[in-house]
Amino acid sequence: MRDREYMRVRSDMPPGHVRTPSYLRGKVGWVERTLGPFENPEQLAYGLKGDPLPLMRVRFSMADVWGPASETPHDTIDAEIYSHWLEPAEAPNAP
Amino acid sequence: MPHDHHDHLSPSGHPYRPDDDHPLTYWQQMEIAVRELLIEKGVTTAADINTQIDAMDARNPSHGAAVVARAWTDPAFRCALRKDASAATREMGFDIGPMRLIALENTTDQHNIVVCTLCSCYPRNLLGLPPDWYKSRAYRSRTVKEPRKVLAEFGVTLPESTTVRVHDSTADMRYVVIPARPEGTEGWSADDLAKLVTRDSMIGTGLPKSPDAK
Amino acid sequence: MTEDNTFDGRRWHDMGGTAAGPIPTDQHDFSLWEKRVDALMIIASSKGHFTVDGLRRVLEDMGEDAFETMTYYERWIASVNQNLIEAGVYTTAELAQRMTEVAARGATYGEAASA
Repeated sequence: MRDREYMRVRSDMPPGHVRTPSYLRGKVGWVERTLGPFENPEQLAYGLKGDPLPLMRVRFSMADVWGPASETPHDTIDAEIYSHWLEPAEAPNAP
Repeated sequence: MPHDHHDHLSPSGHPYRPDDDHPLTYWQQMEIAVRELLIEKGVTTAADINTQIDAMDARNPSHGAAVVARAWTDPAFRCALRKDASAATREMGFDIGPMRLIALENTTDQHNIVVCTLCSCYPRNLLGLPPDWYKSRAYRSRTVKEPRKVLAEFGVTLPESTTVRVHDSTADMRYVVIPARPEGTEGWSADDLAKLVTRDSMIGTGLPKSPDAK
Repeated sequence: MTEDNTFDGRRWHDMGGTAAGPIPTDQHDFSLWEKRVDALMIIASSKGHFTVDGLRRVLEDMGEDAFETMTYYERWIASVNQNLIEAGVYTTAELAQRMTEVAARGATYGEAASA
């Protein structure tokens, strides 16, 4: 494994407006780049002032998201995830 | 044109605009009311609304095609695009507003495809409004799980050796794919190259046209 | 979507990875009233009355039935209106009276849109 920063997406399932897709919750990927800070959409959606948050582009392998039976395990999915949804993690056993 | 009758005139004596002579719907009634209230409250003016409509109408895939063709022919621009696609695009003279853009380069090793699973985020300020299929349940649901099957429906089949990179446009960034320059276009001008760049090739569901098809 | 009927918290709009049919190929051009809705959203949000997340929040809360039965810009005007009322730009009573006035102008969009 290369020197990458791995993160696990929190598996919370709150109600309300969030921008973390549920298919990625609980999954581990690595930080492709860090963007922002951007205002927290979970506050902006309700007319509140949004706290500034780092936004990570996290890259996941298909295998780590959909399991070994995924269409092509080494293909990838990138998504932008706000930092409060991410926790440090060990590298997954990806191909 | 079912409504194109000379005797079908509004009370003012002018022909109706197409799609203006259907029965008024509740939601159209709401649009008119909201628009008038916003003008009366000083939030906007009729002229500003028209200007905004014109600005959106002027945006179309040819703008993205010009960016792609320049990236193919100008290494310094390609570098700038990779570093900050918003700034590079603005520098070319395109008014992309506050949009934050990332350019994704296709190579023989990787093919990028863009989707928004949560809604329908799209680089509208460069390419114009998205095609209907981009907003469909089918595209939003399937692309992150079976991108190669989705690509096949668009007529694109990639070898296993090409990694497919799906980009779920979940937050503040928007994405434009820079497709690989077609073979057999050595020495072409950027203007001619731009004619090969399709909308779908900049979303990642298509490839540029072949130079033979020009 | 879960196999059984137990709700797991996943909301209807959060579609990534769910099973679905072929990608539809039909395409339509937008009419004037739809372009106006788009413009109102851009203008009202750029002036700080609400955000794109506010637009999305209401669209999400409108539910799956709205997604299936209303067109894209019908959902947008419903959400734009909801956000503007929440932001205090106008009241529900003002909207109500104006909508009634609009409908009284004529039976078509063209007639009703000419004040």
